[in-house]
Amino acid sequence: MTQSSSPKTGGGEPLLALKGFTKSFGPVEALKGVDLELHAGEVIGLVGDNGAGKSTLVKAIAGVQPADTGDAFFQGQPVSLSSPQDATTLGIATVYQDLALCENLDIVANLFLGQEASNGGHVVLDETSMEQKSMELLGTLGVTTIRSVRTDVELLSGGQRQAVAIARSMLGEPKIVLLDEPTAALGVVQTRQILELIKRLKEQGLGVIVISHNLADVFQVADKAAVLRLGRMAGMFDIGRSSQEEIVAAITGAEFGTDERPTEETPL
Amino acid sequence: MSTTAPAPIPQAIEDEQKPFSVTAALRRLARGELASVRVLLGIAVIWTIFQIANDRFLSAVNLSNLTLQIAAVATISIGVVLVLLLGEIDLSVGVVSGLAASVMAVLSVQHGWPPVIAILAALAVGAAIGLFQGFVITAFGIPSFVVTLAGLLGWQGALLWVLGDTGSINLPPNIITDLTSTFFDPAVGWILGIAGIVAYAGSVLMARRRRESTGLGVEPFGGAVARIVLVAAAIVAAVVILNADRGVPLAAVIVIVLMIAFTFVTERTRYGRHIFAVGGNAEAARRAGIRIRRIRLSVFVIASTLAAAGGVLAASRLLSVNQQSGGQDLLLLAIAGPVVAGTSLFGGRGFVWSALLGAIVIGSISNGMDLLGLDSDVKFMITGAVLLAAVTIDAATRLRRQSAR
Repeated sequence: MTQSSSPKTGGGEPLLALKGFTKSFGPVEALKGVDLELHAGEVIGLVGDNGAGKSTLVKAIAGVQPADTGDAFFQGQPVSLSSPQDATTLGIATVYQDLALCENLDIVANLFLGQEASNGGHVVLDETSMEQKSMELLGTLGVTTIRSVRTDVELLSGGQRQAVAIARSMLGEPKIVLLDEPTAALGVVQTRQILELIKRLKEQGLGVIVISHNLADVFQVADKAAVLRLGRMAGMFDIGRSSQEEIVAAITGAEFGTDERPTEETPL
Repeated sequence: MSTTAPAPIPQAIEDEQKPFSVTAALRRLARGELASVRVLLGIAVIWTIFQIANDRFLSAVNLSNLTLQIAAVATISIGVVLVLLLGEIDLSVGVVSGLAASVMAVLSVQHGWPPVIAILAALAVGAAIGLFQGFVITAFGIPSFVVTLAGLLGWQGALLWVLGDTGSINLPPNIITDLTSTFFDPAVGWILGIAGIVAYAGSVLMARRRRESTGLGVEPFGGAVARIVLVAAAIVAAVVILNADRGVPLAAVIVIVLMIAFTFVTERTRYGRHIFAVGGNAEAARRAGIRIRRIRLSVFVIASTLAAAGGVLAASRLLSVNQQSGGQDLLLLAIAGPVVAGTSLFGGRGFVWSALLGAIVIGSISNGMDLLGLDSDVKFMITGAVLLAAVTIDAATRLRRQSAR
């Protein structure tokens, strides 16, 4: 079970609570009874080695690949996360690693794709109101590197694209945002900008789960690090009271061995 | 909150800030963003060359003929633009135009149907073919290239079957032939032209005022005025020239109305936005909740219907339908036109007016070579070279855009 130091960041009732999530792909058990609690205004960094189950867990929460068993509670109420619509209705937005932007369209068009503002009976685009809302949205998220919201996404840098993708997820006014490797392909400056953006989400009272391979990033933005290892929750660490070494040890299983098999990984 | 705001980092999109800097404009031209300007320059060059070679080229009679010559292919090309925006292709539009015209001719001449009903039947045939091909493409995920290539053969057979033993049907003078032989009185031509100018100026200025009232940035007033003056000058020139011959042709009005209507659909409606999205990144569109199959299917229906409409116009001008209707190089010209004028073969980029601009380019070359009395061997080679050059420019600007990041 969880090796938890149970910090009290959010306090009160968790926004989202998962109990005993399991997921198998044929004979492979990708998740083996994972528990997780996320509070409002809290950022959880989801870390672990390749194949530890990070993406599987996020996809289960997003309803894209629903968990086989396990209970989910949203603000204390039992809920079903069996389809992407379930998650969206609850206010859970997901930004996948591939971002899914249309490069041939401008930022406004991408932000509102599929939910365009219209006047005249749901047919004619209302460009001015969409443009206004886009600028407001990017403003509240502190995205200052984008000069014109009428720039084609094709011309944006990786960090700007990531910012657009995150901003788009905010349009539905979600309560929880799931981010899959948001800084994976970014340079130093752009990574810093995206981390600032994640802090903005936190300041606005959202619950955020960030998958990351980069512990330095996790230490900058996250309140807690949830360590997955071989499909189990190998530890929940309070960032303020933990060292990177402890978390690395949990990731590799050097200290907090939860595996059935004798470890073949080389400890650091 | 302001203390945590990241410092603004200079980014590589300075162009956006100075829309009227000359170098920025040239850069955008090279990147293919000002495709319509590029094609207008191209038309100017082509017209100059042919005028020098033969001083009848820019005469009112010849330009009036050119207008009628390109009406059919421009109509077909509108549908091609929509299909290209999806990143798909429709190789059957040429033959479908011939088949639809044949159905119209058989129904009106041999079966005595009223001309208007026969025209509607032709459009219905086009829509049905588009529905069938679109269904096969979307339901089974077969590339549109293959499905419409099969259509190219199959509908050619249907055309021969519909025409039967005679192989050729002449159209008596009626509403069908009136479509391309009606010319408006000069006064009516002026009224239409002025109405067009007023409508364009009104839409530009109103859009501008709406942006201003909501506090969004607007282009400099001079830019808006320049665009209006340019469009007004083009309309006035066209009316003067056409009035000097037989008057503004009904066919030209039909084509312009179709251009405006489909420009509105593609640029101003959710449906049009979704066409661009599917052509740009189908997976992203799907995840955004856009029903991409429905978009694709409907575009193939529209394209085939417009092909049928083009077939009706072609038959109207030639006063007959025969086994060659919709054949020969019509298909290639209908696809090449929009590409020449800046609609990408790779999907997601283009504009409806490229159908007309491209038809003018290709129609001018063909018309000019006819005036010079060139043999068909030379004509085919020159037309082929122009097509290749246009597609090369398309591919080159695409590469440049990709490296512009």
